[in-house]
Amino acid sequence: MTYSTGGLLEARSLTKTYSSGSGSREVLKDLCLTLEKNLLTVVMGPSGCGKSTLINLLAGYEEPSGGRIYLDHKQVTGPGPDRLVVFQETALFPWLTTFENVAYGPKIRGEMKGPRLEKAIMDLLRVVGLNDFRDKYPSQLSGGMQRRAELVRALVNRPKVMLLDEPFRGLDALTRSLMRDYYLELFEKHRGTNLFVTSELDEALLLADRLVIITNRPARVKKTLTVSLPRPRTIDISSWPEYLALKSEALELLHEEAVKNFKAGAVNAADFVGAYASLG
Amino acid sequence: MKINFKKLTKSKTLKRGLFSVALFFILWELSAKFKVPVIGAVPAPTEVLACLRREFFDAYYWYSWGTSLMRITTGFIIAQLLGVPLGLLLGFSQKTRQTIFPLIEIMRPVPPLAWVPVSVVFWPSAEMSMIFVTFLGAFFTVVLNIVEGIDAIDVRFLRAASSLGARRKDIFWHVMLPASLPSVLVGMTVGMGITWCVVVAAEMIATNTGLGYLTWRGYVAGEFPLIVVGMLSIGLAGYLSSGIIRRIGRRFTPWLTGQ
Repeated sequence: MTYSTGGLLEARSLTKTYSSGSGSREVLKDLCLTLEKNLLTVVMGPSGCGKSTLINLLAGYEEPSGGRIYLDHKQVTGPGPDRLVVFQETALFPWLTTFENVAYGPKIRGEMKGPRLEKAIMDLLRVVGLNDFRDKYPSQLSGGMQRRAELVRALVNRPKVMLLDEPFRGLDALTRSLMRDYYLELFEKHRGTNLFVTSELDEALLLADRLVIITNRPARVKKTLTVSLPRPRTIDISSWPEYLALKSEALELLHEEAVKNFKAGAVNAADFVGAYASLG
Repeated sequence: MKINFKKLTKSKTLKRGLFSVALFFILWELSAKFKVPVIGAVPAPTEVLACLRREFFDAYYWYSWGTSLMRITTGFIIAQLLGVPLGLLLGFSQKTRQTIFPLIEIMRPVPPLAWVPVSVVFWPSAEMSMIFVTFLGAFFTVVLNIVEGIDAIDVRFLRAASSLGARRKDIFWHVMLPASLPSVLVGMTVGMGITWCVVVAAEMIATNTGLGYLTWRGYVAGEFPLIVVGMLSIGLAGYLSSGIIRRIGRRFTPWLTGQ
């Protein structure tokens, strides 16, 4: 079974401003991003630049202050099973078993049931090596297993777009690289339009068809790099000249933004020290 | 191998526990025997044991158990029947919460025991007034625990559910209810403890039945071993009823215990 149901997701001049009592904070400004059909777009940017906000807007959890989001040329608002999120850490329901968690989406929408659903789920669980854990609760799974179950829970719904918000954060290095391989295998098999947020450059380059670098806050697209390394990919490609050239280009772009971020932080720190000193 | 090791640690834990209990009773017996000031006035364990043996074959003793348990159960169940839905409603609907919560916040700080005189006045029978204060003891605890439990639900669960296609009513039944269940059970366990506090005090004041009254009668009649028997019985009753709730709770929250 393939899941090549990918859609074209476009964000047109997305703006998000949070206003609090004292003032407003512009997190995204006129951000334009196109996720092309069945490609894996990786987004990177300095920490705190608004990547999670971008995911929340695309998923429909938050309303943009300006701009629009189109899926296959139709405007979308609010969350829906066509754009599924794989969350930071994990958001598996603790009160459901692995199988019940994965089955939740199709069941609640009444799309698939009985032996067909069971087969679809078990096939996917087998790919990620969780078939023997179908009746375990999330608390009984290791961190890596939880992430795999979460991937499968999204994938079984054949979403047009998958939004992965640093899905492997908090895992140890070895588990993380294994997770990346599982994910690559799933993606290369099933495709679909994927947006993957990460802060690891090697992870990004090994996964990406397109690598989007986001500017420091307010976030917008600084540059989009095309990663045309052949698939299926293994860690070996990380010594190829094309890979290394891309890596140094991306590093330079990221470095520029990180410095800005750092400077902004330094200015804030100086303000803080000044204010603190004036308190006597 | 693993099971053997577990058993060993378990029995060691048991031994340590038994040691402190045994030591407690020995010291108690000795202090009664040698008339240690203040604590020496408490009847010795051997006297208490003799009294307990007598009470054990006395129908009135078991009648006291029965009446207290009946009051507890009735008050507690009514508190759950009203408190659980109200808590869920307050947790789920902001509008309801803004309307009703201030009222609860006014009523809640009044200790249930302070309700005893007024409830004796406005309920037609002493029995009803006691069930009412028992109800109050458990009611607020359970309501507040549910509201807190719902507020503490990780927003990612709600988001994940709505992305997967859950509607508002699905989110209520499939996310809010199970996610708040652990705090409902905590509320019930704590509420049960409060219920016993309240019923014992109410029985001492407002009636002549129940374990609270049994203890009080020991005091009035100068039958000191009976006081201790009453205390121990109330302790045991509280322990058993909390245990039952925990047991039932575990059955409804298998994801919290499974390893």
